Amino acid sequence: MSERTTARDEILGRIRAALDGVEAGYDVPPAPRIAPLADVVAHFAERVADYRAVVERCSAADLADRVAAALPGGARVVVPPGLGVEVPGATVDDGLSAAELDGYDAVVTEARVGIAETGTIVLDHGPGQGRRAITLVPDLHVCVVRADQVVADVPDALPLLDPGRPHTWISGPSATSDIELDRVEGVHGPRTLVVLLVQ
Amino acid sequence: MSGMRVALMVTCINDAIYPDTGRAVVTLLRRLGVEVDFPPAQTCCAQPMVNTGYLDEAVPVVRTFVDAFAGYDAVVTPSGSCAGSARHQHSIVARRSGDAGLVTAVSELAPRVHELSEFLVDVLGVTDVGAYYPHTVTYHPTCHSLRMLGVGDRPRQLLDHVRGLTLVELPKAEECCGFGGTFAVKNADTSIAMGTDKARHVRETGAEVVVAGDNSCLTHIGGVLSRQRAGVRTVHLAEILAATE
Amino acid sequence: MSGTFVGMPKFPVAARAALGDAQLRHNLAHATATIRAKRQRLVDEVNANCDWEALRLAGAGVKESALRSLDEHLVRLEETLTANGATVHWARDAAEANAIVATVARRHGVDEVVKVKSMVTQEIGLNEALAAEGIAAWETDLAELIVQLGDDLPSHILVPAIHRNRAEIREIFLAEMGRAGRPAPAGLTDEPRVLAAAARAHLREKFLRAKVAVSGANFAVAETGTLVVVESEGNGRMCLTLPEVLVSVVGIEKVVSTWDQLDPMLRLLPRSSTGERMNPYTSTWSGVTPGDGPQEVHVVLLDNGRTNALADEVGRQALRCIRCSACLNVCPVYERVGGHAYGSVYPGPIGAILNPLLKGVGQDKQTDSLPYASSLCGACFEVCPVRIDIPSVLVDLRAQVVDAHRGGVPSAEALAFKGAAVALSDARKLGLGERLAGPGLRLARRAGVIPGLSRWASARDLPPGPRESFRAWWKRTDGGRDE
Ligand code: SF4
Repeated sequence: MSERTTARDEILGRIRAALDGVEAGYDVPPAPRIAPLADVVAHFAERVADYRAVVERCSAADLADRVAAALPGGARVVVPPGLGVEVPGATVDDGLSAAELDGYDAVVTEARVGIAETGTIVLDHGPGQGRRAITLVPDLHVCVVRADQVVADVPDALPLLDPGRPHTWISGPSATSDIELDRVEGVHGPRTLVVLLVQ
Repeated sequence: MSGMRVALMVTCINDAIYPDTGRAVVTLLRRLGVEVDFPPAQTCCAQPMVNTGYLDEAVPVVRTFVDAFAGYDAVVTPSGSCAGSARHQHSIVARRSGDAGLVTAVSELAPRVHELSEFLVDVLGVTDVGAYYPHTVTYHPTCHSLRMLGVGDRPRQLLDHVRGLTLVELPKAEECCGFGGTFAVKNADTSIAMGTDKARHVRETGAEVVVAGDNSCLTHIGGVLSRQRAGVRTVHLAEILAATE
Repeated sequence: MSGTFVGMPKFPVAARAALGDAQLRHNLAHATATIRAKRQRLVDEVNANCDWEALRLAGAGVKESALRSLDEHLVRLEETLTANGATVHWARDAAEANAIVATVARRHGVDEVVKVKSMVTQEIGLNEALAAEGIAAWETDLAELIVQLGDDLPSHILVPAIHRNRAEIREIFLAEMGRAGRPAPAGLTDEPRVLAAAARAHLREKFLRAKVAVSGANFAVAETGTLVVVESEGNGRMCLTLPEVLVSVVGIEKVVSTWDQLDPMLRLLPRSSTGERMNPYTSTWSGVTPGDGPQEVHVVLLDNGRTNALADEVGRQALRCIRCSACLNVCPVYERVGGHAYGSVYPGPIGAILNPLLKGVGQDKQTDSLPYASSLCGACFEVCPVRIDIPSVLVDLRAQVVDAHRGGVPSAEALAFKGAAVALSDARKLGLGERLAGPGLRLARRAGVIPGLSRWASARDLPPGPRESFRAWWKRTDGGRDE
């Protein structure tokens, strides 16, 4: 442990020497907010769709049917233990290994927050969302977002999140622009993202 | 502008190589009722030294600059780059000198230094200077005018009011021409590659003349165009604004 | 394994070679033009309902305030990370950081690790260090994979294979994938979609079996002990989620004070970087989450020259950099010479200041040449989301380079500037020189090339010399009144 202590102390010492005479206090200017959105939920739907995700709006009563319709026939589906909607035939995750998850075609989850301006869904991996791995390995992610979960912009979302939890911010399906900066949807994460926006 | 003491800072490159640009500023300002002085003690803004890293060498040059222009209400210069140097870099040199008197003198003088288009539009409040120039012209906004000084569209406003002049848009106008002072020789290959692209964009416009507010950049662009036998002339903004029927 | 930048020539020499590569220039011009346009559209969009400049000021402020009490923030980060179940290590330099990662990997008996794209692990040469220990480090970002398989060097912060086009990438995949694991499918075309699918299939087996992953972090939140990784492809999520052990190497400048300060950063970074409103995936984690993701989490806090940069009064601001690469994409020098000419994993305008700041000037010619690799056009400062005044830092570093060489035998350049200082401090001496300027230029034009002007005159004609300087005209005509 002594080596670590030495490196730690030395680095902190160098920092203090470097900052000698530099005023510590610094007022961070507040980040500006966007102008109020006329219809936050519609804006969210539009922006999510911009990423070439599938966005469908539905009522709570229709949700189970719409979930079923979003899943291809015969798909092997995994769901988190606390999912609030019935998915007939789905496997409830009980700590499946990565290799086991690789055998599933689709996952259905809820979300924590939707961000309208950026078209982002934030998962905090609570009971309705499940472990991070289940929304990652299957190729189709059906995500249920309630209209009352949608906020205008990033600064509205952060205070709603518990930093102690892990988070995954999802803005459209996995994508890359690494080849001639041409955007291609679908690399390692789910290649298809379906967002069911419940009124 | 009665009672205002205005000095011309002609710049070293205009003094030695482009005296017509300096004469054009005198003609133009006189036409607008401004009598300029040419303080003969002036030399250079010290930018070549500062931008190459020779700060100690820049100290006596900045001192000369401050002494030459002390006492004037406004200093006008036909160069965005040299105005930028006086406004933004002289303080660095002065601090380096450790001379508190120089620091004060620089901070007092710096805000009074104006690039020509700024002086015309902001200080004199004119955009129509009564010029006539019957040519097709394209305008290159030089980097220091654009980004260091933020002259914005002032040169465009002035050109828009020149009678007989047809202004054509320069593609990728805001991209650097590749001059960059000693960059032009220290990184000559890159500088030439940039200049060649700028020259290509100029030729694409079909303009007879490429205009800018800095003869240093025009030396570079014009040097490439001339080597290419492009037949496009480079003319300083001041010379167009000074031209009449 | 990828190559190394050690022993690179000075910038002008490397640039000359790059400028001669027509394919490279074509690839770069296309790629940078595309991404510049995407970024600009989004900045305009922000300005329609918000204020991009105010956002930049806020972003610069978040980073600046963290840097100004960096020691306190790091101590706090160590506390919170530790409380969250992570093990915190400190590394003074590359060797220490590499040794820490290797020790963790060895303790788990692995001969391979998967990696999230990270600038800092490239900076410290982690892959090479692990290879020396018999541990393969698999790059999982598509561009990094292209670079790694091609035994190439990265040339861009965000898109390390920006210098490669689709046809070249197809060739690399066909030739090399089989040697590193699952081969490319036989009918591989050069369509980006097909190439991406080949990468997905190639890497999936590695993700599923990896026990140890290595990452960097875009941000480290001191208050909450949270690390943040911003990515696009999902390879980051794979590495951060599936393995049992996660080691994150984090430069000490990555720290921000509070969770809420991730805004404005998360609004600035993707727009400046990939030109998107938000990148596809952002992962945040605070140490170990029982039952979810890696159950052993290490964080290596790395100095490696950052405290040198912090001590530099003007250059300190470079530590605000969030590696978005906007400055590369607008740089006219970068666009023409590409990233390799900078001889570092940090190319472009930020590389031209960061490398000398981290390494110090006056030690090697390559590093000393970097502050001069700019025409000082200022386009980088204009786009930088954290408002790093790169041109001013470049000018200051040039002075440091000159100062580092004072006292020895002066170079021809130093003598020239000393001479100029004398001439330009006295208008009478200058007037004398100017009388020679006109005839000199006329002579030079007629005689063609004269020594010292050859680098100018290789592709540019000299202007015609005037008969009379302005000063002489003014004196002769009383300012034109006697003409
Ligand atoms: S210097 Fe600024 S523009 Fe360049 S990579 Fe860093 S944050 Fe981005």
